Amino acid sequence: MPEAAVRIRDLRKTFGAVEAVAGVDLDIGDGEFFSMLGPSGSGKTTVLRLIAGFERPTAGTVELGGVDVTGLAPFDRDVNTVFQDYALFPHLDVLRNVEYGLKVRRVPRAARRERAVEALRSVRLDGLERRRPGELSGGQRQRVALARALVNEPRVLLLDEPLGALDLKLREEMQVELKSIQRRAGITFVFVTHDQEEALTLSDRVAVLDRGRVQQVGTPAEVYERPATGFVAGFVGTSNRVGDVCVRPEKLHVEIGDDLPGPPGGGRHALGTVAEVVYAGAVTRFVIDLDSGDRVVALQQNLRTSSTDVTRQRGARVRVGWEAAHEFRVPSDAVPASPAAPAS
Amino acid sequence: MDDDQGLTAGRRPALRRRAAALLHRRPRLRLSLLLSAPLAWLVAGYLGALAAIFVTAFWTTDVFTGEVVRQFTLANFQTLVDEPVYRTVALRSLGVAAAVTVIDAVVGVPMALYMAKVAKPRHRPYLVIAILAPLWAAYLVKAYAWRVMLAEGGLVNEALKPFGLSGPGYGLTATVIVLAYLWLPYMILPVYTGLERLPDSLLDASGDLGARPLRTLRSVVLPLAFPALVAGSIFTFSLSLGDYITVKIVGGRRQLLGNVVYDNIGAANNLPFAAAVATIPVVVMLGYLAAARRTGALREL
Repeated sequence: MPEAAVRIRDLRKTFGAVEAVAGVDLDIGDGEFFSMLGPSGSGKTTVLRLIAGFERPTAGTVELGGVDVTGLAPFDRDVNTVFQDYALFPHLDVLRNVEYGLKVRRVPRAARRERAVEALRSVRLDGLERRRPGELSGGQRQRVALARALVNEPRVLLLDEPLGALDLKLREEMQVELKSIQRRAGITFVFVTHDQEEALTLSDRVAVLDRGRVQQVGTPAEVYERPATGFVAGFVGTSNRVGDVCVRPEKLHVEIGDDLPGPPGGGRHALGTVAEVVYAGAVTRFVIDLDSGDRVVALQQNLRTSSTDVTRQRGARVRVGWEAAHEFRVPSDAVPASPAAPAS
Repeated sequence: MDDDQGLTAGRRPALRRRAAALLHRRPRLRLSLLLSAPLAWLVAGYLGALAAIFVTAFWTTDVFTGEVVRQFTLANFQTLVDEPVYRTVALRSLGVAAAVTVIDAVVGVPMALYMAKVAKPRHRPYLVIAILAPLWAAYLVKAYAWRVMLAEGGLVNEALKPFGLSGPGYGLTATVIVLAYLWLPYMILPVYTGLERLPDSLLDASGDLGARPLRTLRSVVLPLAFPALVAGSIFTFSLSLGDYITVKIVGGRRQLLGNVVYDNIGAANNLPFAAAVATIPVVVMLGYLAAARRTGALREL
């Protein structure tokens, strides 16, 4: 890896008796789209706030571009943040919000005006310069927050669940846009989210956090297909326990019928009964009780089936097959409990 | 007994239910039942008193009998304009009110900022109580305490002696100091409330964008706290403008509008003139409120 944009060593932060960050090491490369994924309380936002300088660590160091900034205040760090609530200044119009960082750093008036207008154009908000934040929609505010941070051309951009407040459609649009902005600007993005799909879609690499510790760092494919711990296996997607290995739901192939022929050569298989069927439009989710006692979830694309077909199959005998290559093992102490009734 | 209970229990709810249903169908009846008593109080007590002052201001007193003559005249206002002493007293009162307000803002904003943004959240209720506590002590006690402190051999002079200084003694300065002390909570509390509503992320964002704390204070905190500051100033300004007790206790020979009103009610027995003088602070405050409204401060009250 080239020189790290962000290097974190043994970072710790305690609030009273609570250890929010319990010894985190991370190396985030220059120009990388890096996500920190975890449930609430996992410490991901605290790590972000420690990088930004809003919090002082209890122990450990934060380096930006090879320089130790652990003792520096936020205004002396070459990072900018997109806040979860956007934190736009309500008394300033859009243009003044975007210009704020440049003005504070004494960029001449003409130059900062030009850069702010350009930043607003890059997030497709030209024409709204004179609006107040209160007059904008959630998606527009989100873009202003992005422009306000990007206009300063920071070495690292920190994003704290920036899409959390948007509705699904807008969130998917903004994901695509974020990714293309990051590619164009070439800035390192450190992105905090609790949404595993978002993290997998956007990131070059993902760090999965739980209870203040990094559980695994890797590419989306590594994290998803080779989870290092039971927590990662359970949090990033659903995992099924079959005997002493795990398999992802979409890797399972379900065949329905009372008198199933012998298994096709090469693959693994198990027999079971359909306990629950959920029709979800593009896919159908089967919850199957295997004869071995394990309960698994299988996702099947609705290529040829329709809703009336699939819902009739509750109680049917099935054969579940999968490829040996799709099996993975996780430490047995932390294997997630068998999935209960499927989430609606 | 069982029967009896059963009967009343059956009948009363039915009556109540019918009354409730009637009120439900007639929102205006509901509203008038709710508001008639407080409205009567408001009209008779507040507006009536104000109107009485205003009307009395246009009457006069008989020079010989001292009785109020109910005849329309502008004589009182003529006197107010013609006699320079009243203009001086009015301007002095405005000056005192303005000085008290500025002092309270300068002292109150940092305290409110500390309470709302620096102190730990679980300590905040205690700080609010600490600010409120002086309001629970009698006004006179506090004013006399200051009189003792400002006396010739009092605490203030003793404390300043080592530095070769002496206290202000009784006079206008003492009046300003004591009034600023008395009304400080009325400034701190609205500003505290305004700042507490300010999301912490705005302060983080300002620092994140490169602003040092003073810059954040000037560009983010103060503009957003300004309406709350104006709201607090309405209290400090109006309370100072009408005060006469503190002036009597520590003000020496310097008089303010309140004293002129008081003396005309008492010693001079000229109620109409007192009413005319009393309209000055009322008019000033109406102007002040109109200006404050433009800042959005009235929504902060």
